Amino acid sequence: METVALSDVSFEIKKGEFVAIMGPSGSGKSTLMHILGALDKPTAGKYLLDSANVVEMSDDELAEVRNKKIGFIFQSYNLLPRTSALKNVMLPMVYAGVGKEERRIRAEKYLEMVGLKDRFYHTSNQLSGGQQQRVAIARGLAMNPSILLADEPTGNIASVQAAEIMDIFQKLNGEGHTIIMITHEADIAGYAKRIIHIKDGRIAADGTNNRQRKI
Amino acid sequence: MDYREMFIESLSTLTLNKLRTGLAILGIVIGIGSVIALVSLGQASQKAVESQIQSLGSNLLTVMPGSSQEGGVRGAAGARTTLTYDDAKAIETSDAITTVKSVSPEYSGRAQAVAGRNNINTSVMGVTPLYAKVRKIDISSGNFINDRDVTAVSKVAVLGPTTAADLFGEDVNPVGRTVRINSQTLSVIGVTVSKGGSGFQNQDDIIYVPLTTVQKQLFGVNYLSTISLEAESEEVMTEAQNQVGYLLLQRHKLDDPLEADFSIFSQQDILDTASQVTGTFTTLLSGVAAISLLVGGIGIMNVMLVTVTERTREIGLRKALGAKKKVVITQFLTESVILTFTGGLFGIILGIFVSYLFSAFMSFAFVVSPKSILLAFAVSAAIGIVFGLYPARKAANLEPIEALRYE
Repeated sequence: METVALSDVSFEIKKGEFVAIMGPSGSGKSTLMHILGALDKPTAGKYLLDSANVVEMSDDELAEVRNKKIGFIFQSYNLLPRTSALKNVMLPMVYAGVGKEERRIRAEKYLEMVGLKDRFYHTSNQLSGGQQQRVAIARGLAMNPSILLADEPTGNIASVQAAEIMDIFQKLNGEGHTIIMITHEADIAGYAKRIIHIKDGRIAADGTNNRQRKI
Repeated sequence: MDYREMFIESLSTLTLNKLRTGLAILGIVIGIGSVIALVSLGQASQKAVESQIQSLGSNLLTVMPGSSQEGGVRGAAGARTTLTYDDAKAIETSDAITTVKSVSPEYSGRAQAVAGRNNINTSVMGVTPLYAKVRKIDISSGNFINDRDVTAVSKVAVLGPTTAADLFGEDVNPVGRTVRINSQTLSVIGVTVSKGGSGFQNQDDIIYVPLTTVQKQLFGVNYLSTISLEAESEEVMTEAQNQVGYLLLQRHKLDDPLEADFSIFSQQDILDTASQVTGTFTTLLSGVAAISLLVGGIGIMNVMLVTVTERTREIGLRKALGAKKKVVITQFLTESVILTFTGGLFGIILGIFVSYLFSAFMSFAFVVSPKSILLAFAVSAAIGIVFGLYPARKAANLEPIEALRYE
């Protein structure tokens, strides 16, 4: 017996969009996020990222796509334990072969951008949930990717801090960053410009969010 | 990611769990340490045996009686009584023998020697004056046995330094005193210089007595236990061996060399045999040590597997952020090689220390060959790669989604 997680899912996201993908648990939105993040390949179909078909790529090519074109922001932050904020932000640049000096300059710039100017040398366990997620955003921005892909970015964070994260997202989107955010919370999805509803592995609704929330 | 960074990162990961890292290293330390120590112990004992044999004289040939064979029953080698003083004299005088410089007929037995209240069981060696020349014996006080002692069957004895000390006490000159062997009283006329050596054949624990006295007065025999021959040079050893062999065959009325009732060894033969024995010993010891090294390697693999499991999420994250397989493999291999290499380094220090202790307490030479150190380094690095490869591949092949979900 084959379980179909996604079927007939077809959409296009343009540069500069801020999209929320919504759906209850088991709807297939996690699978969709894995495919969009080049973490997994669909058994059938196409995924064109910057007009390259991700489905045909080898493991190492996928690793390169994830490194250069996707900035991940996870629900549980996934920072390296016992490692400074600065080093965490530098990690994707290490794999891209960016020089040491350049890495540092960029890491500091992005940490400042998310408001952690005075937290460069704090390790993950010395930071609050919201601060950790902001380090993760800085890390996601480090390679200046085509997409910022956030999976339940506020799932583990208190609502005040969650609003701060959404504020950062809207600012980044204002600067031209493409953001795709997976969430099951309607109020969080409310910050996006466009909302795609997934239900039972199919697109239930896809449209512009006319009542975009602002901080 | 360059290697220097990889190295620093691995090092900082390893120092996070110091106890586990230390225990994993310990296995390699013990493995490498025992290899170094046991190999150097083997080499030291080999050297000890070699120098002992070489101190007996380098162009020495030894004629020994063959095994006795009566009614189809073959006895022990050397048990025959066919070698006589006359054989020795014939070798000395025969015109057919051109390559032998000196001949030393010998009879050796063991007996209880008594002096005053002291008595010891020691080896009694019946010799002629040439023995001192052939075996390079020097006298520290008094004289060695001379020709007149042999022809007159004199009751005289020359003591080895150990025997002298055992019978008369340290720092006592026994020349002029008497020693009783097999109910005969012999006067001590000299003491030899120590030849060193300990263990299986102590050349200092011996009493030299004129050959005729030993044969007629002490043991009542008319045959020899060995004839030692000094060849003219090392180059003519084989020729000397052949010449003496033919003469003895002729004298013993034997046609077929295969029936010879004696055998002739050169010092080289004995050296070869002894080296072979100690070589086998060294190999055996190294084999045992290699097993402990293998166990150490498995310890490394175990620790690396635990590390991979523990760090599943981290590996998943690294892969999600763009680490390619090669990078992950290299990272984990670097860690395991650092473990084994550090272990190897400390193991070498431990091994050298242990072999130093051996040499200090067992009066062995202190031998640590650079070859075994280089080999130890190479082996420890190889162990890191071999035993680290499986865990590293396991880490590299983790699916990033699965790894990120891992709790």
